[in-house]
Amino acid sequence: MATLTVPVEEKKKKKVEQEALITGAEAIAIACKLANVDVVTAYPIRPYDTVMQYISQLKADGEMDCEYIVAEGEHSQFEIVKHASVCGARVFCGSSGVGWMYAMEALTVTPALRVPMVAMVGNRALDDPGAFGVEHNDALAVRDLGWNLVWVDSAQEALDTALIAYRVAEDRRMFVPIALSCDGAFLTHSQSLVKIPTQEQVKEFLPPYNRGDLLLHPDNVISVAPQVNEDWVMEIRRQNFQVTERAVSVIREVYADFERIFGRKYGNPFFEEYMTEDADVVLLGMGTMSTPVRVTIRKLREQGLKVGFVRLRWFRPFAGEELAKTLRRFKAVGVIDRDFSFGSPHLSGVVATEVRSALYPGDGAKPPVLGFICGLGGREVTLPDVEKMAEITLEAGKGKSQPLTQWIGLRG
Amino acid sequence: MGQLFAVEIIYRGVFQKTLAKGICRGIVLAAHEEGKPGISFGRYGDSPERNGIPAKSFAIVANDEQTLEAGMAQYEPKQVDVAVVLDDTLCKGAESWGWYGLETVNKSVKPGGTLIVISLQDTATLLHAIHAKQQPYKLAVLKGVASFSGMWVYKDDHTDVRVLGAIAKALPELVSLQSIEKFIKDKLKNDLKVTSAHVAYERFSTIEVAPGTGNTEEPFHFDLPGWQALRHGVSVDGVTDRGGAYPDPVTGQLGGFRPGRNDKFKKYTTRTMRPVVNFETCTKCTLCWLNCPDAAFDVTPEGTYDANLVACCGCGICEAVCPVSNCITMVNESAFQDNASQWEAFRKDKAGYAVWLKTVVVPVGERSHGFRYRGQYKEQIPAALEIAKG
Repeated sequence: MATLTVPVEEKKKKKVEQEALITGAEAIAIACKLANVDVVTAYPIRPYDTVMQYISQLKADGEMDCEYIVAEGEHSQFEIVKHASVCGARVFCGSSGVGWMYAMEALTVTPALRVPMVAMVGNRALDDPGAFGVEHNDALAVRDLGWNLVWVDSAQEALDTALIAYRVAEDRRMFVPIALSCDGAFLTHSQSLVKIPTQEQVKEFLPPYNRGDLLLHPDNVISVAPQVNEDWVMEIRRQNFQVTERAVSVIREVYADFERIFGRKYGNPFFEEYMTEDADVVLLGMGTMSTPVRVTIRKLREQGLKVGFVRLRWFRPFAGEELAKTLRRFKAVGVIDRDFSFGSPHLSGVVATEVRSALYPGDGAKPPVLGFICGLGGREVTLPDVEKMAEITLEAGKGKSQPLTQWIGLRG
Repeated sequence: MGQLFAVEIIYRGVFQKTLAKGICRGIVLAAHEEGKPGISFGRYGDSPERNGIPAKSFAIVANDEQTLEAGMAQYEPKQVDVAVVLDDTLCKGAESWGWYGLETVNKSVKPGGTLIVISLQDTATLLHAIHAKQQPYKLAVLKGVASFSGMWVYKDDHTDVRVLGAIAKALPELVSLQSIEKFIKDKLKNDLKVTSAHVAYERFSTIEVAPGTGNTEEPFHFDLPGWQALRHGVSVDGVTDRGGAYPDPVTGQLGGFRPGRNDKFKKYTTRTMRPVVNFETCTKCTLCWLNCPDAAFDVTPEGTYDANLVACCGCGICEAVCPVSNCITMVNESAFQDNASQWEAFRKDKAGYAVWLKTVVVPVGERSHGFRYRGQYKEQIPAALEIAKG
């Protein structure tokens, strides 16, 4: 583990960004420290739990001042921070796989009460079968409930996006919880070189959490979450829905400010395009599959095959209009779902189904959208897998009919 | 495409986890001094680590980011320039999990690559255990005792920097001794360790291993079933072989009881020590057989208890519970070449077995790995440092 303590004589170095060899989980722990998080609840489950270990180390070393509570289960874990947040504390939480599912009641009520929690999901396969490796279904399970969902593919992006998440979540126009997904093992546990911003930069970027008139405090006489009946639910839901309508523009604002202060440019916050300028077809996916995909695309390009890659960052809000506009430029789209959706239309994965839905309205081009199921349960998305998916998508781009869903890298 | 380097550290789970991680981080940070980007990570499937289970940690370094990305595109490198074995008993091969089969210790070493083993044995002896490869590679011994730590307490005996010094000599294009020394000075802040790295570098030498040299045993492997062949409902068949009596090696008469065992996960490669049994002094109290967590004991036709060496993972509980002094003794696994039954050897030649016992069983104070009492490392580290000094 990187030595995180900084002796007194090195403090003058803090004006400059430091560099450290850290995992994605550790990067998020450091973001929590820089963001001066007040309350952290923890409950161990792999692969998220290294972030709870790193935070506890920071606290033990005196580098972070926070309440650190080990709950007796994920349900309590998420309930405790929800309440702490409503009382004005900046909170951090996290889980993986079935641990996240164990918190489901808490996860459901959190966005509805406008609680700006930032949670790390160390994406892990859902039992059964029990496996520790990556699958995206855990985080995706809350996609309809009001959580914002974002996927990152490097430890640097994890750190930066955690800071961005606090700013977005705590914006009064939002007050929405955000789940930051990191692929289990591939991102949570692998160490790469990350630039750590200075405390000064973070102070400038992240104002204190101000809950305003929603603060639960004796001086602010309110009651939160009363029981309602059919006279009230629709109006409450519609009011909360405003957040979703505003989310895209708030996120854009925040990324622009991030670039201004930290100097790191992420461009379009919602998705990253790789070699798409002249592409015939694109592959589309989330998370660390981007590494084998980019490497394969470079190889295919050398062979004269014009394939590009669209890496979705924010799954919620789903920037459907912008994505549709982008995807209409291509002759076919191959969506790589590191997830499954039993009984879905065309038996495709979650992302493919959403992409098709985004493309359907309007008169614009409707390129074929192929669904690929790949890399479940921690299985690698291999270079040959990507090549196969690219070839199938290229065939579809030439007008040759392809199955709407295919499982790639599967033993027959 | 620029240059890509991969190093794997093969180690004993839990006991050497921190050491393996420290070595990989050292490689990446030292190479970074030379402007080369890199990443370090462990094989995730080994998590949770179990005591002594064979595990792997990796460092990937490249000349530029794009080449590094190409190296990262495969999570676990299939070919490495250097493999380092932190416990020489791992040279017999590694079975990390059920259905994995036996992976040879040099499996990933690329043609012309280097295998470095921490051992007190010489290369000739090690090559009795290390499986033969069809391509040539280099073999080196870093002289020393395997360094085992506790789960939370690290035994800082300079093994980490000695390995880094050896790697710098084996693969100077990856990282120079100067960069290693700078890493030790800046990040570890320990000048004594600089000396240890330096000595390891100076003393490092390899032998060429020709194709076909080594253990010619065929490593066991399994063909994984496809999805249509699987049992439904995420269920698996139990061990259907209920076991039974087995033949006396002298009379051929059936007796005793040998249970059926899981052939998909044998577990013997977890061993760094094995129980050696003195059948003459066994009182048939049944405690070893009862307490063995893996039911690794066969009941012999004589009613004594034989640790089945295909099933035994070397935990040492039997030695701890046996009430008879020196009846069961845990002995370092590198003293043995196969998993043949000790009782059958005893049954065939009692006198010979008694002589053999005297050679392998050397009573020592304590045997278990890891950290067990305060002051333990203070006692153990000086001996390791003596070896490090050369």
